Amino acid sequence: MSDFRMFGTLGSALAAQTVRLNTVASNLANADQAAGSADAAYRARVPVFAAVLDQAQRDGSSVGVQVKDVATSDEPPRAEYQPGHPLADAQGYVYYSNVRPVEQMADMISASRSYEGAAQALGTVQELIQRTLRLGEGA
Amino acid sequence: MANLIDQAFGTHATALQLRAERAQLLAANLANADTPGFKARDIDFKQALASAQGGAGPLLTTQVNHLASLDAGASTTALYRTPLQPSLDGNTVDVATEQAAFGENSNRYLASLTFLNGRIRGLMTALRGE
Repeated sequence: MSDFRMFGTLGSALAAQTVRLNTVASNLANADQAAGSADAAYRARVPVFAAVLDQAQRDGSSVGVQVKDVATSDEPPRAEYQPGHPLADAQGYVYYSNVRPVEQMADMISASRSYEGAAQALGTVQELIQRTLRLGEGA
Repeated sequence: MANLIDQAFGTHATALQLRAERAQLLAANLANADTPGFKARDIDFKQALASAQGGAGPLLTTQVNHLASLDAGASTTALYRTPLQPSLDGNTVDVATEQAAFGENSNRYLASLTFLNGRIRGLMTALRGE
């Protein structure tokens, strides 16, 4: 607790999980978006996590996490035959996003659990550092 | 005098430092719970404490401008945890295990801190001679 690296490590986890929750939110919001062609259909956003090594610490003990990229899922969009739909193409197909809501909900639960874990650890670290700073007080 | 105080603090000062290092490793594990390919790490506390105490000792300072080593041979080698249930993406962090270890480590850190506080209180009583 002599240094404050742990705040950076756990803080990076909070930031990364927030990005993940954000992608889940936009995926769910656009889950039922319809489009006139396969290319225009919404594709699920997927955050790519990567570990970042603190270069100043050669022992590699402080490894944070970063969102390297927000990729788009390359699964084909869902095509439905709806000739009466205003967006239907020449063949009568409407293209819906490739978001699977159940998968997104599971991802959301996983992200919020990880967020909770990091936040709790952060609270513990803060308390320990405060106790350490008060070492020898009142002796 | 400094040596006397070091002796009074005994093993607890080293233990506290190692606990902080272990907390850092466990925090990194928790932070990377969802990072593909991340391997969870931990230190063997018993062995680390033994090597810190019976280690190489302080560095020799043969010149006036040499800096004394702060941690006398406290070298911790982080080992990789054997996963109970490795996941397909190569991540070996088991969040429950890491959280339990983090909690345990925090409490042991607090214990060392309490011992140190006790030692300091004892020293102060002796110094005041009341």
